[in-house]
Amino acid sequence: MMNSSNNALQQYLELHDAHREAIDAHSAAPMRALRSRARLRLEPPARLPRKADEGYARTDIDAIFAPDFGINIMRVPAPVDIAASLRCDIPNISTLMAVVAGDEFRPTDTLVRNMPAGVTLTSFSEAEKTMPGLVAGYLGRLADADEGADTATLLNSLLAQDGVLLHVSAGTVCTKPLQLVNIFNAGIPTLAARRVLIVLEPGASASLLVCDHTQSRGIACLASEVTEIFLGNGARLDYCHLEESNPDTSRVASLHASVGADATLDINGSTLSGGRTRNSYTVHLDHPGAQARIAGMAIASGTQHTDNNTFIHHHAPHCTSSQLFKYILDGSASGAFRGLIRVDQDAAFTEAYQTNRNLLASEQATMHTEPQLEIYCDEVKCGHGATTGQLDQAAMFYMRSRGIPQAQARMMLMQAFMADVVDTIAIPSLRDRLRMLVERRLNGQQTACGDCAAACAPAPSTQP
Amino acid sequence: MDQTDKNISEQNASDDIIRDATQGEYKYGFVSDIDTHRIERGLSEDVVRTISRLKDEPEWLLDFRLKAYRYWLTLEMPQWAHLDIPPIDYQAISYYAAPSAAKRPESLDEVDPQILDTFNRLGIPLQEQKALAGMAVDAVMDSVSVKTTHREALAEKGIIFCSFSEAVKDYPDLVRRYLGSVVSYRDNFFAALNSAVFSDGSFVYIPKGVRCPMELSTYFRINAAGTGQFERTLIVADDDSYVSYLEGCTAPMRDENQLHAAIVEIIVEDRAEVKYSTVQNWYAGDAEGRGGVYNFVTKRGLCRGYASKLSWTQVETGSAITWKYPGCILRGDNSTGEFYSVAVTNNRQQADTGTKMIHIGRNTRSTIVSKGISAGRSQNSYRGLVKVAPGAEGARNYTQCDSLLLGDRCGAHTFPYVDVLNPTAVVEHEATTSKISEQQLFYCNQRGIPTEQAVGLIVNGYAKEVMNKLPMEFAVEAQKLLSITLEGSVG
Repeated sequence: MMNSSNNALQQYLELHDAHREAIDAHSAAPMRALRSRARLRLEPPARLPRKADEGYARTDIDAIFAPDFGINIMRVPAPVDIAASLRCDIPNISTLMAVVAGDEFRPTDTLVRNMPAGVTLTSFSEAEKTMPGLVAGYLGRLADADEGADTATLLNSLLAQDGVLLHVSAGTVCTKPLQLVNIFNAGIPTLAARRVLIVLEPGASASLLVCDHTQSRGIACLASEVTEIFLGNGARLDYCHLEESNPDTSRVASLHASVGADATLDINGSTLSGGRTRNSYTVHLDHPGAQARIAGMAIASGTQHTDNNTFIHHHAPHCTSSQLFKYILDGSASGAFRGLIRVDQDAAFTEAYQTNRNLLASEQATMHTEPQLEIYCDEVKCGHGATTGQLDQAAMFYMRSRGIPQAQARMMLMQAFMADVVDTIAIPSLRDRLRMLVERRLNGQQTACGDCAAACAPAPSTQP
Repeated sequence: MDQTDKNISEQNASDDIIRDATQGEYKYGFVSDIDTHRIERGLSEDVVRTISRLKDEPEWLLDFRLKAYRYWLTLEMPQWAHLDIPPIDYQAISYYAAPSAAKRPESLDEVDPQILDTFNRLGIPLQEQKALAGMAVDAVMDSVSVKTTHREALAEKGIIFCSFSEAVKDYPDLVRRYLGSVVSYRDNFFAALNSAVFSDGSFVYIPKGVRCPMELSTYFRINAAGTGQFERTLIVADDDSYVSYLEGCTAPMRDENQLHAAIVEIIVEDRAEVKYSTVQNWYAGDAEGRGGVYNFVTKRGLCRGYASKLSWTQVETGSAITWKYPGCILRGDNSTGEFYSVAVTNNRQQADTGTKMIHIGRNTRSTIVSKGISAGRSQNSYRGLVKVAPGAEGARNYTQCDSLLLGDRCGAHTFPYVDVLNPTAVVEHEATTSKISEQQLFYCNQRGIPTEQAVGLIVNGYAKEVMNKLPMEFAVEAQKLLSITLEGSVG
């Protein structure tokens, strides 16, 4: 692919136009319909956002997409070592796991054998065979809506070929956590356009853990990920995302959710290691009693950049939302957070809160925060708070005076700082796991995933 | 009187009350019949030259204006604010209007009695013996300053307080040195426009070590129709000096929208302190949003010296649209910036206001307290920037912005931007949005206080933290203004 233009979008449009037939041939039908619409909307003057654009003050999406990335159009199976990645399995808990290698969905045997009744975790193309019309009925309704769809999301619609569907039928409570492991193992710079659709019918309940890993080293990878979540009335979803890739991997992700009456959506998004990361969360509380809780953390060092962007839209009365985002930035890491709560005129009795706290642990670390409120209704209780600073000196002194060495005291305080984000995770074993990962990460240990050789430890046995 | 007549008369009486509440509130809406010299509507290089010629300005100032005008031509009006601004026809405005007078009055006897009367009706006595003890006033009507009081008393201490035009003639070196040094003509669209066509304003210079013995005050009045007001204020506080400066403004009630695009520049040297207070009460338009002043102002202070301090206090009740961010550039080490604001919007008013605190020096401190109150169908936004530059070791900011909603058709919004590039900085931001508590209202009601009065009380209590920062004379006026602005918005 030639990057002939100074507009990063152009190379992908050219690639798409040249290989349209192959892309369509490898795609599930609902993706094809989405693609045609996306192509029209990506005509000039459409371009990927840059730093000067409102909401992208520290993240240049255009620059992230600018390198000459290849896309797996010919569906060459990625040389991903699934056995190794199985070690991502969480001890003391059996998850139903599937792997997404690059952008290709690969269910594990355990998943296929043990799928509970009423629960489906499969690819779009498989879903078309078993539940025709389901994907088409939901796909793109939120992410590709006429208003507000951003260019990066449309580009995902253009390039994604297949996707992952999680469907839980009405009233089904899936007690076993489901897990999706996204793995890059690329020989050349690769862009993977991943698409996830989650539909929980009324009264259904499930929890999903999504992990991002990169097995290859020194090769630029870019994950473009769009997730759409539809929660029926009274449904409940725990969605937990953990990014543990490497500095060569960037991630531009958007999550769009529509929450039904008395339904609950819990999101925890943690960025422990990676290159440049942009996560955006758009949550529509469409029906009375809907509830959303979003928590996120970033522990960044080196030249890592993490940007979280949230938009919680209260459409209906009696909805509640809370957001908690915490950053620890070390080295020359930079962080950005932008969170908007919008309360419509009809959304009386709304309670919406947002907290963003950031620790700058080094000379070069920087943080940019924009917490925002847009309120058109008077029967509300809304608030936000944002702080940027260092560890509490009094607490530090307290620990030092009790003989705890500086480095250890610092570690303990940082761990305590992140504790309330970790505590938002509902599944106890997963919570313990994340606590351990945070501890390791703060210790500066390279084995970010503990004993998971797949992702981060360059053990020769894991190389294909 | 039969029953029907009685009903009708009761109906009329209640209509009167409503009318009083919604229209009668703006008691400064009168027009003074003053012979006004005004140039043709429209904006061109010739107009800029004409303004400069009418004011008998030196060549360098004309050059400054022309540079600004040419730069303005390259700009487009920014659209990012949370405001719905109808298109403004810059050619439909007359850029210079002045009460006709052969020359500037030497004494009060020479001032047009109509003008004196106007300012008396506004409660701003220009006769010095009657003037509020301890306050010097510069009265600006349309494009010119008509009278500055107490000049001689101030001159004894070496304080310069005069109209901008006089300063250009009498102290050209000072003006030339500081003009545009804080707000460049390239700063933004309205700064460029102002730099091209600014007419008059106040100039203040406080010499080293002098504590200004009285409050300095400028009173702005738009009188003529079809004009805009583009004034320019420049305040320089030299080492170890102190001054408290007040600004008030009103305009007649008209159906057309009038543009007010001012620039205020403040320079604070070593250990000096400037306190700048504004009670902004431009005509806000009627209940349907017809007419009113567009208040698009650039205000900025540069805390250049060591341990210098600048404090902005503003009570914004008027204007159809308010769009301004009084800011502090904290360049000197240990310098302090403060911003206290109450912004009230009612009916169809819109406001997008806040502050900018730019921390550059070490151990710089800033405090932001913003209280927004929206009623009727108004939209009230706080937008603020706190930036800590890489070298701002030990910078500290505390921001608190609260919004109060009165009524279910209004909006209250908060858009803070926090940019921290130094790890030793501590920055805190807090915001809440809610309506008046039912319990508080009930508490007042059961003690016999009617709801409307209770709301006034609660709102004044809510805004007290900011009101306390105003000089006493202003605080009383501002408190009344707050209650009046919200009249008719409850129940």
